[in-house]
Amino acid sequence: MCLGVPMKVVSRDGDTVVAEVDGVQREANVTLLEENIEIGDYLIIHAGFAISKLDEEYAEETIRLMREVFSEEDMA
Amino acid sequence: MTGEMKYKDEFRDKWLVQNMAANIRRMAERLSAPVNFMEVCGTHTMSIYQHGIRSLLPENVRLVSGPGCPVCVTPTGYVDKAIASAADPDTIVATFGDMLRVPGSHSSLMEQRAGGADIRIVYSPLDAVALAKKNPERRVLFLGVGFETTAPTIAVTILEAARLGLKNYCVLASHKTMPVPMEILSGDPELNLNGYLCPAHVSTVIGGNAYKPLAEKYQFPCVVTGFEPADVMQGIEMLLAQTLRGESKVEIQYRRAVSWEGNPKAQAILRQLFEPCDAVWRGLGVLPGSGLAIRGDYAEFDAELVLKLDIPEAIENRACLCGEVLKGKLTPFGCPLFATVCTPESPVGACMVSSEGTCAAAYKYGR
Ligand code: SF4
Repeated sequence: MCLGVPMKVVSRDGDTVVAEVDGVQREANVTLLEENIEIGDYLIIHAGFAISKLDEEYAEETIRLMREVFSEEDMA
Repeated sequence: MTGEMKYKDEFRDKWLVQNMAANIRRMAERLSAPVNFMEVCGTHTMSIYQHGIRSLLPENVRLVSGPGCPVCVTPTGYVDKAIASAADPDTIVATFGDMLRVPGSHSSLMEQRAGGADIRIVYSPLDAVALAKKNPERRVLFLGVGFETTAPTIAVTILEAARLGLKNYCVLASHKTMPVPMEILSGDPELNLNGYLCPAHVSTVIGGNAYKPLAEKYQFPCVVTGFEPADVMQGIEMLLAQTLRGESKVEIQYRRAVSWEGNPKAQAILRQLFEPCDAVWRGLGVLPGSGLAIRGDYAEFDAELVLKLDIPEAIENRACLCGEVLKGKLTPFGCPLFATVCTPESPVGACMVSSEGTCAAAYKYGR
C-alpha cells in the first residue's frame, strides 16, 4: 500500500488530474503539491494523490552520470 | 526515448546494473570488515528480491530488511478494533486492500466480510469520504494506516469531510513516522548496522534533512534511495564509498523525486491535523513519539473518541516470527512456518500479507 508510481499527466481539471502509466489512466488529486502542474509532467502518485513532482532534469542527469561512470569496457 | 516508462526502463538496464555490481565488488575488497546496510522500505525489500540484488553483492556487503511496510507493522490490536467496529451494522469500514488479510486475534477483515460485515476497499482515501456523502444514514470509518507518505492523504480526507459538514466520517488513525524506529534499530548491537538505504517516498514528504540527526548521532551514512534496480545499486555504492572514506553524511540518490526540504505543503497539513503520539509497532513494541494522533480540533473525526472502543487485549500468534523479521534479525527462511503453513493465500502473520512484506517478497521471488 505504500507503493508510489510515476505517472504522466494527460489532463487537468482543478485539483484533479488524469495521469497515465503503461496505457492505464487514473485520476489523482494534486492538493498536496506546491508546484504548478502542467500536462506532460511526471508525478509520483500514491493512494490517489500526487505526493511529488518528478524532476526530469535530475532523472536525465542521474542516468547520464550512471552511464558515464559505469560504462567502461573493463567493468563487467 | 519517449513514452511513460522511459525512466523505469533506463533504471532497469541489466547491463548498467551488472557494471554497478562489478564496481561494488571491487570497492568491497577494500573493506576491513563486513558491512550491514538496512533497506528500510518494504518497496525496497520487494525490489531487492524481485531483481535478485543480493545475489549480485559480495559476501561482505549485506542487506538487512527493515520495518518499512506499513501493513506489517500494524499491531494485532488495531485489526481487532477494526473488526469490532465492522460488527456494527450501521458502520461501513473503508480500507486499503492489503489490510483485509491481516490476522487479528481471532479473525481477519476478510473473514468478517465473508460473514456479512460491510467492508469496502478503496483506492484513494477520498473514496471513503465519497462513501460517507452517499450514505448519510450510516457511519463510514476509514482505516488510517501508513507512514508520512500516506498520512497527508488521510489528513486531506478529514479536511474534506469538515468542509462538506459530514458528521458520519471518522478515521481509526494508526499512522507512524519513520525516523523513530530507524533510531531504535541504529543502536541495536545485535544488528550492528553500518548505514541506511533511507525510505524513498516517505522522504518525498519529510525530505533528506530529516535523517541528519541520525547520521550524526550514530556516525553512519544514510542514502535516500529510489526503488529501481539501478537506484538500489547506486545507493549501495554511495553507502560503500562513504564507509571507505570514513564519512557519515546524508545523501540523496533519488534526487528526481526527493529534495532536502521535502514537501512543505504535505508537512503543513500533517502538522495541522496530527500531533506526535506513542505508537505500537509490531515487533518493536511501543515507540515514544513515533505515531500521529488526530489533533483535538478534529476530535469529531477521530474514531477512537467517537466510538470509545473497548476491546480485550490482543492475542498474538506466538508461532509467527514477524516481529523478528521486522527488526531485521531473522529472514523469512529462518521461520519454520514460511511457505509451509504460512503462504500469501493463508498468511499467519502480517509480513506475509502485503506485497511489500518481507515474507511475501521472499515467497514470491526468493525461493
Ligand atoms: S513466514 Fe509467516 S509466520 Fe513466519 S514470520 Fe513470516 S509472516 Fe510470520
